[in-house]
Amino acid sequence: MITAVRKPMEEIIACVEPYDRILLVGCNECVSVCSAGGRKEVALLASALHMHFMKQGKTMDIREITLERQCDPEYVEELVTSVDGSDAILSMACGCGVQTIAARYREKPVFPAVNTTFMGASERQGVWSERCQGCGDCVLGITGGICPIARCSKRLMNGPCGGSTKGKCEIDANVDCAWQLIWDRLKALGLERRIEDIMEAKDWRTSRDGGPRKIIREDLAS
Amino acid sequence: MKTESRLEKVLASGALAVTSECGPPRGAVPEKVKEKAELLRGSVDVINVTDNQTAMVRMSSWAAGILIRQLGLDPVLQMVTRDRNRLAMQADIIGAYSHGINTMLCLSGDHPHFGDHPMASNVYDLDSVQLIQAVVKMRDEGKFQGGKDIDHPPKMFVGAAANPFADPFELRVMRLAKKVKAGVDFIQTQCIYNLDKFETWMKGVCDRGLHEQVYILAGITPMKTAGMARYMKNRVPGMDVPDEVVKRMESVPKEQQPEEGIKIAVETIQRLKEVKGVAGFHIMAIEWEEKVPEIVEKAGLLPRPEV
Repeated sequence: MITAVRKPMEEIIACVEPYDRILLVGCNECVSVCSAGGRKEVALLASALHMHFMKQGKTMDIREITLERQCDPEYVEELVTSVDGSDAILSMACGCGVQTIAARYREKPVFPAVNTTFMGASERQGVWSERCQGCGDCVLGITGGICPIARCSKRLMNGPCGGSTKGKCEIDANVDCAWQLIWDRLKALGLERRIEDIMEAKDWRTSRDGGPRKIIREDLAS
Repeated sequence: MKTESRLEKVLASGALAVTSECGPPRGAVPEKVKEKAELLRGSVDVINVTDNQTAMVRMSSWAAGILIRQLGLDPVLQMVTRDRNRLAMQADIIGAYSHGINTMLCLSGDHPHFGDHPMASNVYDLDSVQLIQAVVKMRDEGKFQGGKDIDHPPKMFVGAAANPFADPFELRVMRLAKKVKAGVDFIQTQCIYNLDKFETWMKGVCDRGLHEQVYILAGITPMKTAGMARYMKNRVPGMDVPDEVVKRMESVPKEQQPEEGIKIAVETIQRLKEVKGVAGFHIMAIEWEEKVPEIVEKAGLLPRPEV
């Protein structure tokens, strides 16, 4: 999923302060699962903002809506009536959701209330870790199901580097060495020799380096 | 001979090679580079010039290398894949070679986290193995990494690093084999304090016949103080300093510690000279270049061969 964390209150307040009527929009997908911008977080942020502005002697009209999926124009269309009655939109979705709103409601300023962080998986209750960088050319099949691009601090394709110590990365003893994990997994699979296969220089065009990416499915596109 | 590299000639002659390094200054002070390089004249075959070591900005390796070349000495261009993409790296290789630099070392480099620009983007378009492949392809096939022909390809003698002390240990010979497969000509190892472990690694290297495909230069760093020994033991990732080495440094009074550090370095070289597969020594005297001639002399590595 796409993970996010809420921005600091001061930053959010600074964005919405000039306005009187705010439309606060959550998303029921990824940010809801990682407890950053779902219905519950929308309610919490709304009360925190109310309290802040009340102390300032200002009444802020905050309308709360949580869409099924904010990165989908079909659902974003549901905001049509509420947008009219507000001066600005505060979105708790990931950057994709914020941009879908901005593209649809051109005359209203839209502010992100969360920082979109990474594509990750849940390790345990309350802990999410980066797992994928969407490079567009998946190598998990040859690295034992562990991604060196997302999980090696130097995104080495032929690791481990000389800084791997007791299974941990040189940058932080709390970070696993991805290449230690890859090695352990290849061993478990009886594929030790595969570690000597050279992974050739990557073609980063399928990643962000080729410019903004797009998928067009002719069979589905209308 | 693949190149005009002095290091290649020395190694091919069968003599034990001696290399050292010089960290460029953190400012526009060319005299500093020259001073440091002059300290090494006559004692070493070639001088590595580090590339933004520990992720701190310094004079670029190729620029400092040219200054050293102008003194009639032979620099080794160190290149980390952290700071530049493949376009910039290949451009710098051609540029350096055009100024008479014909030996280089391919590294991934310390993560920016360690330096004074932790906010910098870390590039890693290539890793060290892929950089070796790229430089070898430039030399042997006359082609850029992207596949197009080079007009007058640079002929670099290509080195890389190996750290026998990093984890997982069981993988360390295989990792060397991978660099050999990529076409590397010589290796400079991490500083060696745990000789037993180094010898175990070398045995694994020789058992696979890798010592016949690549020249291995053993890394030596003299310690100035017991404090430095403790720091390297506890704080430097991938460094293996056994307790007895720290104790030995602590056992002498502070003013005699530098001398003890030199003694340990010399003894290390003397023992490793006898180890099968060791083709020379890479002496990294960090901000202590003036001690290199003494170490080289005491270790019986003088005079340096004329090639």
